[in-house]
Amino acid sequence: MSATTVDTATPDAAASGDVLRTKSWKGPIGLGAVALISLLVFGIGTPSGADTTFSVATSSDFVHLPTLTIASKLAAIVLSVIALALAGYSAYLANQYRKPGLWLPIVYGMAVMGALLSWAGAGRDNTSIQVTGLLTSSLFLAVPLIFGALAGTLCERSGIVNIAIEGQLLAGAFFAALMASMVGNAYVGLIAAPLAGALVGAVLAIFATKYWVNQIVVGVVLNMLVIGLTSFFFSTVMSDNPDLNRSLGLAALPIPLLSSIPVLGPVLFDQNLLVYTMYVVVIVFQIMLFKSRWGLRVRAVGEHPKAADTVGIKVNRTRVRNTILGGAIAGLGGAFFTVASGLAFGKEMTAGKGYIALAAMILGRWSPRGALAAALLFGFADALRVQLGIIGSDIPSQFLAMFPYLATIFAVAGLVGHSRPPAAEGIPYKK
Amino acid sequence: MKLELRGITKKFGDFTANDSIDLVVEPGTVHALLGENGAGKSTLMNVLFGLYDADGGEILLDDEPTVFAGPGDAMAAGIGMVHQHFMLVPVFTVAESVMLGHEEVTGPAKLLDLGAARAKVKEISDRFGFHIDPDAVIEDLSVGAQQRVEIIKALSRDAEVLILDEPTAVLTPQETDELLDIIGQLRDNGTAVVLITHKLREVKAIADQITVIRRGKVVGTAEPTASQEELASLMVGRDVSMTVSKEPAQPGEPMLVVEGLSVVDPATSLKHLDRVSFEVRAGEILAVAGVQGNGQTELAEAILGIVPTAEGAVTLDGSRLTGSSIREALDAGIGFVPEDRTEDGVVADFTITNNLILDLYDKAPYSKAGAIDTAFAAKNAKEQVERFDVRTTSSEALAGSLSGGNQQKVVLARELARDLKLLIASQPTRGLDVGSIEFVHKRIIEERDNGAAVLIVSSELEEVYALADRIAVMYHGKIVDIVPPDTDRDTLGLMMAGAHEEEAA
Repeated sequence: MSATTVDTATPDAAASGDVLRTKSWKGPIGLGAVALISLLVFGIGTPSGADTTFSVATSSDFVHLPTLTIASKLAAIVLSVIALALAGYSAYLANQYRKPGLWLPIVYGMAVMGALLSWAGAGRDNTSIQVTGLLTSSLFLAVPLIFGALAGTLCERSGIVNIAIEGQLLAGAFFAALMASMVGNAYVGLIAAPLAGALVGAVLAIFATKYWVNQIVVGVVLNMLVIGLTSFFFSTVMSDNPDLNRSLGLAALPIPLLSSIPVLGPVLFDQNLLVYTMYVVVIVFQIMLFKSRWGLRVRAVGEHPKAADTVGIKVNRTRVRNTILGGAIAGLGGAFFTVASGLAFGKEMTAGKGYIALAAMILGRWSPRGALAAALLFGFADALRVQLGIIGSDIPSQFLAMFPYLATIFAVAGLVGHSRPPAAEGIPYKK
Repeated sequence: MKLELRGITKKFGDFTANDSIDLVVEPGTVHALLGENGAGKSTLMNVLFGLYDADGGEILLDDEPTVFAGPGDAMAAGIGMVHQHFMLVPVFTVAESVMLGHEEVTGPAKLLDLGAARAKVKEISDRFGFHIDPDAVIEDLSVGAQQRVEIIKALSRDAEVLILDEPTAVLTPQETDELLDIIGQLRDNGTAVVLITHKLREVKAIADQITVIRRGKVVGTAEPTASQEELASLMVGRDVSMTVSKEPAQPGEPMLVVEGLSVVDPATSLKHLDRVSFEVRAGEILAVAGVQGNGQTELAEAILGIVPTAEGAVTLDGSRLTGSSIREALDAGIGFVPEDRTEDGVVADFTITNNLILDLYDKAPYSKAGAIDTAFAAKNAKEQVERFDVRTTSSEALAGSLSGGNQQKVVLARELARDLKLLIASQPTRGLDVGSIEFVHKRIIEERDNGAAVLIVSSELEEVYALADRIAVMYHGKIVDIVPPDTDRDTLGLMMAGAHEEEAA
């Protein structure tokens, strides 16, 4: 029996390889359906002859851009048709077993959003759609989601499910307000917030790795605990001493030159220190998680802890460290609600943002870059709701508020492919 | 490097897994550690590798006493281990898997030096002719290739002692031969190899020294020239016959007819079973051979109706089974011994008595006026325990307290209690000791001689040869061919890799 016999005896099934593959139509169908709705509602539904005004100019621009007024109906129809064409292209790709690149959902999303805005702003002569303002508030509203989703990513990549992001945000918000008020300097809040979040993370880590308690249960309990504690101190200590809960704000620090770029400049580079920190944190962890020794080990621990253990990596130590680090990052995100927004602490002021951050983590497929993109999408939807409220839209704002979560469900179900969490997440490592 | 273990003792609670074991492995030799499942071989190696702390004894490397706090220490000292269940991260590339734990970094930012890792994988792969692509993702590799990655992992750390824990359990016969060649090469390069196994053929093929372990103790050493019977009796502690005698089959009418059966994975839409057709006659044993994961499990489950079938038909004794419930299939006369007996075969927290009536509890005489007749069930249990030689203190003991072999006897006793037209048994003797294997095989042959059709799924060729009247070989969800039981090992092996009989012979 010679070795060559094995080679020539390649079986049919293996030679033709993937004959068993099936075509995935979920994505194209979803995209097509939404584009069609866009065409019917925003395109056909817009009254003829109405105009929509987009204004992009702000006073700080060097280059003055005029406001843009377009025929609403035409714009909505053209944009909807573009979206429909993209859906068709993705169907063409699916027919050839291929997946569209990242550009497709982005361009598609912009087209549908444009159609929506054209329709919503149609015939409102006194107001215009503030593009710069819309983008700025998108980014601003996304900040806590980005920190939260990043925290979730760091924990889950090491195998710990962190449902306690909500609690970590709230603890960060509370402690930032308290410490900043005591010292009288908002920047102190940026140091205090991660400490509070790390503390919540540490409790989660200990229960998850030392006592093997169900991580979701511990997370939910921690959220309740933080809500209880902060509400208690808010209505006792803080209300007795208003000096301990002052509205201090971080000043915007425009970056010279960069902040003068039209449209994007004021959006990205006229922000406060917390937002700049967010840029750095996302970039650093994107590189660290996928290109560094630390990242490789963390991912190994989250995927196959026993394999990591057999090459001398301390599984539970890695998990504890990551969970505390994740807690600190979520805590820092909590500072957004108080010192970075110039507000005093309020009861349950995080209002479920921690859970939305978890959705952003899943939509972003457990990567810092993806978390950023998903959080921005959610932030945009939130900002859009506010914007449409201002110009007086016909859509009930609750429906707009629902939109990003509908999008998440669709996206997770098919558009971005099968989303795959770290294999060992939520499972305690016992030797 | 010379490795010596002196008086290693490891206890789990009251259970002594290793009882002062001594072992010496010289460089440039292959030392086989032979013993049945549960004899304590893997425990010993996990102690050596620093995964468990020993309760007594010492480890000497080149006559220097050494203490390992963890696997990292063991590897630094030059000990490499290829675990029975591979320690590879499925989503990593080969290069990432090999570098994990001793990563080289480069540049001012100290990022991973993937280039160096790739080069290392390539160098070792070329040196031994492994044909491993450093950028391949682990989960896309065949089991044999994953094992070679594990060996590269150990060698990349300059392992001078290489422990292989049941390395051939998941390999085809050809892959097994390739592995034995690799072990030979490593030995010639001066590596000390410890081969943990319960397969006598491999031990005789490659080992220079043999140490036999039984119930946590060294019970003897043997030369590779010792006969298989001698080694087996050392391993089990009494004389065992290696083959169960059986009369030639007296096949009757076709009992089970399977036509164009397909099973599709709902999550991935992949076909586990692709238009499989065959028949099994009354009074005949058809053994399905194949490397694990080629659709055998799904075949057995689809016939009973545990997994839904996408297309095709199953007929038992002339009446159609497809579309009927599991209960109807069982009532039609199918006995089913599942692959994973602890998960699917017995309810661990139930007594033996209750496990024996899991499928009969609602039928007379086990049930009376809608309630279980506990007295009758107890009487039944007593008889069955005796008849099937279940070693237990009482039939009221929990099934979970039994050893694997005795659990399997309970499953068999339950399934054979009804009048069967068809017995389906998946991996009926996996993990059983040689004595229990003999018993289980005898019972299966008895059932055949009583006129039932028998379908055996087994990834152990020894078992296939011991039982089969005809052998069906499966590969990638299809039946490659059905061949007579005297087909030789090499031909079967090639068929298990997808070659048809004419090509393979």
